[in-house]
Amino acid sequence: MINEIVIAGFGGQGVLSMGKILAYSGLMEDKEVCWLPSYGPEQRGGTANVTVIVSDERISSPVLNTYDVVVVLNQQSLDKFESKVKPGGILMYDTYGIHKKPTRTDIKIYPIDATEKSIEMKNSKTFNMIVLGSMLKVRPMVTIDSVLKALKKTLPERHWHLIPLNEEALKEGGNLIKE
Amino acid sequence: MELNDIIKPENKVYSEPKLLNRVHMHYCPGCSHGVVHKLVAQVIEEMGVAEKTVGVSPVGCAVFAYNYIDVDWEEAPHGRATALATAVKRLWPENLVFTYQGDGDFSAIGTCESIHACNRGENIVIIFINNAIYGMTGGQMAPTTLLGQKTATCPYGRRPDLNGYPLAITPLLAQLDGTCYVTRQSVHTPANVRKTKAALKKAFENSINCKGTSVVEIVSACNTGWKLTPEKANKWMEENMFAKYPLGDLKDLEDGIQR
Amino acid sequence: MNDKVTLMKGNEALAMAMIRYGADGYFGYPITPQSEVLEKLEEEMPWETTGMVVLQAESEVAAINMVYGGAMTGKAVCTSTSSPGFSLMQEGVSYLAASEVPALLINVQRGGPGLGTIHASQADYFQACKGGGHGDYHMIVLAPSSVQEMADMVALGFDLAFKYRCVSMILADGTIGQLMEKVVLPEQRPRRTDDEIRQQCPWAVNGRKGMRPSNVVTSLELDDDKMEENNWRFQACYREIEKNETRCELIDVEDCDYLITAFGTTARVAMKTMELARAEGIKVGMFRPITLWPFPEKQLREAAKNVKGILCVELNAGQMVEDVKLAVECKMPVEHYGRFGGNVPTPDELLNVLKEKLINK
Repeated sequence: MINEIVIAGFGGQGVLSMGKILAYSGLMEDKEVCWLPSYGPEQRGGTANVTVIVSDERISSPVLNTYDVVVVLNQQSLDKFESKVKPGGILMYDTYGIHKKPTRTDIKIYPIDATEKSIEMKNSKTFNMIVLGSMLKVRPMVTIDSVLKALKKTLPERHWHLIPLNEEALKEGGNLIKE
Repeated sequence: MELNDIIKPENKVYSEPKLLNRVHMHYCPGCSHGVVHKLVAQVIEEMGVAEKTVGVSPVGCAVFAYNYIDVDWEEAPHGRATALATAVKRLWPENLVFTYQGDGDFSAIGTCESIHACNRGENIVIIFINNAIYGMTGGQMAPTTLLGQKTATCPYGRRPDLNGYPLAITPLLAQLDGTCYVTRQSVHTPANVRKTKAALKKAFENSINCKGTSVVEIVSACNTGWKLTPEKANKWMEENMFAKYPLGDLKDLEDGIQR
Repeated sequence: MNDKVTLMKGNEALAMAMIRYGADGYFGYPITPQSEVLEKLEEEMPWETTGMVVLQAESEVAAINMVYGGAMTGKAVCTSTSSPGFSLMQEGVSYLAASEVPALLINVQRGGPGLGTIHASQADYFQACKGGGHGDYHMIVLAPSSVQEMADMVALGFDLAFKYRCVSMILADGTIGQLMEKVVLPEQRPRRTDDEIRQQCPWAVNGRKGMRPSNVVTSLELDDDKMEENNWRFQACYREIEKNETRCELIDVEDCDYLITAFGTTARVAMKTMELARAEGIKVGMFRPITLWPFPEKQLREAAKNVKGILCVELNAGQMVEDVKLAVECKMPVEHYGRFGGNVPTPDELLNVLKEKLINK
């Protein structure tokens, strides 16, 4: 099983760190993983995207043109990546600020109100964990337990008290997906 | 006194330094390099530190310094001696590390490396021979060439509108927090030779004791490049060079730099 | 989960591998996309643990000359940079080679010429393999295509440099530098003691301990005959390296009709292309040089014996393809496909190119 994912949005939305935590979660399950960011000045304020691959087998190319899962967090990224979802793949987008909705019919589309939920949770920093929770509900490539382990591995000890809040956000993210 | 008495060891008042190789130097008669080489060899020998000395020679007349002074040497690309010396001293912190550079090497092509090594307070010694001309390549203008001075590339005399001004780099280096000892000397009289020797000794001790960067500028004569006899060259140096590059200590921090 | 497996960027793996190798010194200057090497080293503070010296130089020119100064003392020293910075270092590389001192240099390439872009490129192949500085010299050029290889090639590069008293370089690219994937770092080796260095490198300049005869390391030799002799010695060393040190990876070449030649990031992309092609029934194999110099000519000639054509994929206008053509003596069609300016081709793009240029021709 191979999961080829791209996450895209504004710099500052936690795109790269969400990708990193996903990659670490795969590592916790002994899967093959890779994480390739768009880097350089474009990270700062502009759009940022990251390719993450979580696989049971050796990963060949870290550079991809089409993806199993596309997670977009702003309009520009939606415009750019809608066409790059593999047929039958998943397109997930945060509804906040989206005025032009996706139109493809050969893929599964999941609009989520993640920004709204993070405001509700009174902590904008939970945003990317809400999105990750939603994504893993739709495509459970790693367990929530592994994500929590990954958080513990990547966060410095002084931030471990934030892990329960992140756990809550992951759960709330999952709840945004209605069957 | 008979000859046999004179050559008795207890009657010996002077001998050439053992660290000065018995080879013919390529320097012109009247050049200051030979005297400075002898002083460097003497001081290293007297301090007994040849076992841990590394010299870095430049591109310029002194490129072959490694043939004359019998210590370990690295030969640097043009201008980069202080970068090489930085690495040597950081990797071998107990060593005495010095560079030996001319005005073109140190204050033209190597200015960036020179200033930054001094500014980092590298525990090295820079012996800077300033004779206001490029000797090896045949007498072209140097950054330190005086206004009005004729060279192969300013044949009618250095003009500020065409060539800018003579660069006195040591006062600039004395301002940096990384330098502990900055001095300007010469070797054109026995008294000056003695002073230069004392300056070199202090600078070498600073390197061994890691007190910061020491810069010993030696205002020197290049009678060939200046197209003068050795005697007239020394006189010209006293009358013209010392006005722009006055001798003496510019900075001397006994306890070394603040870290 | 294996405790030794970690996730790390290629650039960070380089830094960690330098510390683990027991390197004595790193001298570098920040430039995207390899700045994480110096950042990671400063964060790790190896001077507190192994005693490794780490110094941010004032320029790439200063950095390579610090490497030169350190290398002449027999210590294991290295630097890393990206393309424009490596251009600035070329003078120093030539001096290192002429002085026959070991050093490890790393170029995490970005798109040029000029300031260019900050994304991946392989346009410095000629500079690395054919001599970017003046004079006849070669470096051993290693091309990593994974984060694991970034880590492993530090030790390999240093070991080869000391074995042959030559310069080794790792020619990586922005993608491999920024890519994070699984890596097992090498075990910590102790740094050699000063006495061990004196013993292993009797030529080195570090003070006349025991009043041994003085050592001088210089690249200058004004006697033409002696300088010619030096050159013959350098060339003999290069022939020895060519004989012993060519390395490559061959994938699915036994039954292949078409061969893709690629290194670094493009090799990774092309591996996916192979998977796509085989799914369509097209038999594609891969030749991936691990040493770009010496180029694994014999291995390529052997692998290409029965193929109908070769596609050489690079992030440049056609550089390695010259060596590929020389190796196979133009006995079969050799096509080149290049992307520039920081763009990297995608696996499906390469499959289309393969069909257009070779299969459907």
